[in-house]
Amino acid sequence: MSVAIRVAVLDYGAANMVSITKALAAVGADVVVAAEPSAMANVDAIVVPGVGAAGSAMDHLRERGLLEPIRDWIRNGLPCLGICLGFQILFASSDEGGGVETLGVLEGRTVALQDAPTLPHIGWNSVEAARPHPLFDGVVDGSYFYFVHSFAPEPADEGVVVARTTHGRTFASAVAKGSLFGLQFHPEKSSEAGLRVLSNFVGLVAARAAEAA
Amino acid sequence: MLARRVIPCLDVDKGRVVKGTKFLNLTDEGDPAELAERYAHEGADEIVLLDITAAHERRGTMLEVVRRTASRAFVPLTVGGGVRSVEEMRDVLRAGADKVSFNTAAVAEPPLLTACAVRFGSQAVVCAIDARRLPRADGSEQRWEVVTHGGRRATDLDAVEWATRAVALGAGELLVTSMDRDGTRSGFDTELLAAIASRVRVPVIASGGAAGPADFVTAVRDGKADAVLAASIFHRRMFSIADVKAAMAAAGLPVRHIEEQVT
Repeated sequence: MSVAIRVAVLDYGAANMVSITKALAAVGADVVVAAEPSAMANVDAIVVPGVGAAGSAMDHLRERGLLEPIRDWIRNGLPCLGICLGFQILFASSDEGGGVETLGVLEGRTVALQDAPTLPHIGWNSVEAARPHPLFDGVVDGSYFYFVHSFAPEPADEGVVVARTTHGRTFASAVAKGSLFGLQFHPEKSSEAGLRVLSNFVGLVAARAAEAA
Repeated sequence: MLARRVIPCLDVDKGRVVKGTKFLNLTDEGDPAELAERYAHEGADEIVLLDITAAHERRGTMLEVVRRTASRAFVPLTVGGGVRSVEEMRDVLRAGADKVSFNTAAVAEPPLLTACAVRFGSQAVVCAIDARRLPRADGSEQRWEVVTHGGRRATDLDAVEWATRAVALGAGELLVTSMDRDGTRSGFDTELLAAIASRVRVPVIASGGAAGPADFVTAVRDGKADAVLAASIFHRRMFSIADVKAAMAAAGLPVRHIEEQVT
């Protein structure tokens, strides 16, 4: 790509910003940290990171005025990557903390990982392809990625599922729908395999930008 | 299935990786971020940075080390040494760490584990336990005592009891070091590891005594450890992380082979 792809990583006080911003920069993206909606202007893609609880994440996004801009961004078909909690809140609701309404740009609900031998599910686990997808180009099927979570979404539409992982039960560890992507694992903490997924994401955004130009 | 982890530990003094014997005769081994990046490329599943700087001026320097390391090594990062409050933990996490390990501070003030777990989640709170064998009377069970201040100070805490209490207080992981084996290259104290691992449901990281790949296998198989940590055998390039993982895989343990992940 001749011009670097600009990516806004949303900062709503709920994530380790160092790793994700540096990992995106390492794969060639021009990264800005967006703590307010105006920082989402003039970027090609947004990344919604996040650790912690769904309820407080939604509160923080609301306080910073980011809730509607994110919804509009995704509904307009613009590229977005949700990671971990940022992936879970793409769905309509989460059972965490007694139940909370989330962004609702994907149909389905986030539920507790049941029958898990240990919780949180923390560590390196294998990610198995549900279907071939460019997000995983160059990544060997079954590769290990780094997870830290106790909940996972159940997409209403199985067609969006790109990869699955098993810890107790089997859950969707990666989804894609148009330009919207979600990962339950942390690519920014998953060494070479994780950087490859981020690089593929940036590449998909670049291809889309080139098409539009 | 979750992979068993292999973790190189970097002792950091005034911003540099050092090695020595029992904190003496420290020699400069390089830049922490650079070494961590190299280990991540070689297949380290996690990096532990242990700040052994004795003085008070450490904070700023160590936060900068954490920031630079998290910017270059894209694997989970655990930072230990001298963190004594929720605020200090917050600063270390903001600098890019995923977990903070508490040792002496947790023994001195056990509620600190709870306060940090409530604020940041148990997955981010590691309790490091340095344990030493107690003389065993005939017919009685082997016991271990907790030692603090880098092994210099004894406590009257039983290591297994302290482990279960630390988990109840909020620790999401235990880093168990045998002071009898540390630096001796005589193998991990698998009895100590198994005594603790059989009593808790959180992951146990084995530390202290690694001589070669076979020790990593016994720490997991006999010691029931989820992860194995070592310093000198990696720093001195006696064995690579790949050597260790090959031995673990040959023994049927699930490990992440980095060369098979990306084409």
